Amino acid sequence: MKRKRVQAAMMVAAVIVAAVFPLVVSNAAIDSVAIFTLMYVAMASAWNILGGFTGYVSLGHASFFGVGAYAFTILCHVWHVPGGWITFAMLPVAGVVAALIAIPFGWVALRTRKHTFVVITIAYLFIFQLLAYNLTGLTNGSAGLGSPIPSWTGSFFNIPFFYVALALALIVIAVAAWIRSSRLGLHLLAIRDDEDRALGLGIKTGRLKLSAFVIAALFIAMAGALYAYYITYVYPPFAMNPLDDLAMALMSFTGGVGTIAGPIIGALLVEPSQQYFTVAFQSGLNLVTYGGLFLVVILLIPRGLWPTLRDFVASRQSRQRVPQAPAAETSVLSSEGGGQ
Amino acid sequence: MNVGLWETGIVTGILTGGVYALMASGLTLVFGVLEIINVAQGSLIIAGAYLSYVLQRYLHMNIFIGLILTMPFMFCVGYIIDRVFIRRMKVDRVMMSILVTFGVALVIEGLLTMIFSSGYVHLQSGAINASFPFGGMRVPYIYLYCFLMSLVILAALYVLLYRTAFGRALRATVQNRNAAQLIGIDVNRMSSITYGIGAALAAAGGMGYGAISSFNGNSQYDLISRVLVIIVLGGMGNVGGALIAALGMLVVEDVVAAVWSPSWSTLVFFIILAATLVIRPQGLFRAKEARQQ
Repeated sequence: MKRKRVQAAMMVAAVIVAAVFPLVVSNAAIDSVAIFTLMYVAMASAWNILGGFTGYVSLGHASFFGVGAYAFTILCHVWHVPGGWITFAMLPVAGVVAALIAIPFGWVALRTRKHTFVVITIAYLFIFQLLAYNLTGLTNGSAGLGSPIPSWTGSFFNIPFFYVALALALIVIAVAAWIRSSRLGLHLLAIRDDEDRALGLGIKTGRLKLSAFVIAALFIAMAGALYAYYITYVYPPFAMNPLDDLAMALMSFTGGVGTIAGPIIGALLVEPSQQYFTVAFQSGLNLVTYGGLFLVVILLIPRGLWPTLRDFVASRQSRQRVPQAPAAETSVLSSEGGGQ
Repeated sequence: MNVGLWETGIVTGILTGGVYALMASGLTLVFGVLEIINVAQGSLIIAGAYLSYVLQRYLHMNIFIGLILTMPFMFCVGYIIDRVFIRRMKVDRVMMSILVTFGVALVIEGLLTMIFSSGYVHLQSGAINASFPFGGMRVPYIYLYCFLMSLVILAALYVLLYRTAFGRALRATVQNRNAAQLIGIDVNRMSSITYGIGAALAAAGGMGYGAISSFNGNSQYDLISRVLVIIVLGGMGNVGGALIAALGMLVVEDVVAAVWSPSWSTLVFFIILAATLVIRPQGLFRAKEARQQ
């Protein structure tokens, strides 16, 4: 009970800090990193609904980021949506378009199990990249497309994007937390732990896996649409970037895959440091640093920061109060994915 | 429909398919023995291509003779990668391996970009510009030489796997890692050696790839996605399946490129994968995975 209250207080504090951040920090470069970080908080949390809850690690969801970016830009052109506040209403539309596209792709990929699934999703990224390059009538090929230009400028430019990114991140976190605490979440975790047994117990695994796949695609596509609006342009290599796939997985695994807090912590740590590496180091060295950091995290703390830290704190506490049952946390399903 | 185009597509598809068979056999072998998906294979292939490039550019060594140096070198690189990174993974190997080898791939790509910058390079050889007539078309010698090289190396791999005690131990490990350990096979050592063999095959495949097309550090993404598609189609862990899938896919791709358009040929590659998986989720050939599930 006490833990719950501490966690709630921490969350409220985090949201307040995030909400006043752009008002306090007026450096445009830092605000821009903050916007990207919030975007990745949303993406990693969405990725975690599939990769963390069901255990189906997708390295292809960055393609839906690109689909969202393109859907946003193309629909704004077709419907003559001008740059302005109303344009943010196109984000869910782009998300829904990507979700519809994700259904058949998810259906095909989810016919396979764990490692073959990963391979298929890697192939998906390249399918979408090829389509972005080659469907020139729709995407304008490698020249890219211009998105609507926002109607505000100057030092105010970042502020609306920051709050929309924050709202998106909070929505995704809320959805992930709701799924985690609902029946659906339990079913997804059951798929992760033993899919055949879950199927045998009457869980409609196929439908549920596909739902998780599509929900993840929906939110990642909304982040992609926001990205397209923010940088006012979409190119195939930026929209469909293999590094984004890695980033979402890395963030989730760094923070603690399968938990709610994990992807948030991971994104908050990884994205700013990656932005820093890109600026501070020459091309090539930034990849070495990024990849090296990644290897260190995966090999040294394979469960991620959040679960490791939580268990550390729990063991400290139980040492102080000796008679407490130490195995309180390690019930059937929540050994790793014990929510926040 | 021009018949000449079809023929060209089939011939170049078979010849380049040999090179892909080389890359894919390494990847599928590593999957079979280590039960990991080695996403770093793409960057190892590119590293092999750059090694051949260095030998040919600065030591003026024939790219085929250069393999005598690059393959053992890449074997050692692979052996070390397994010892340092792969062997440390104890839990959830399949998922973790993808992330770890992706990390390794990034580091290798970064190092290659630092050393060679990101400009595209191309291997040089007298055989690349010369060609010979074949059934009414002209085939560059390099395609033929690369195909023959692939045949020789794959034959050597066959002998190693099916005619030696080591190969028997390796195949036992592919069939059942735990049982192999029980009968006294040093599975860890076997894993390191297999990863080394995979890297050595990547060196040879990379040489062939670099001779046929230009490359930079970033080419690894394109390569790994294609090679992964091939081994999924061939049934993961199945070397023979990978060979057939490599030849089949490259023939289809080159025929589409010749008859229709090169920009769509790669897409056909992936569509075949998706279509196959709808019908046979375990790949075209009986795979290790199918037995395990």
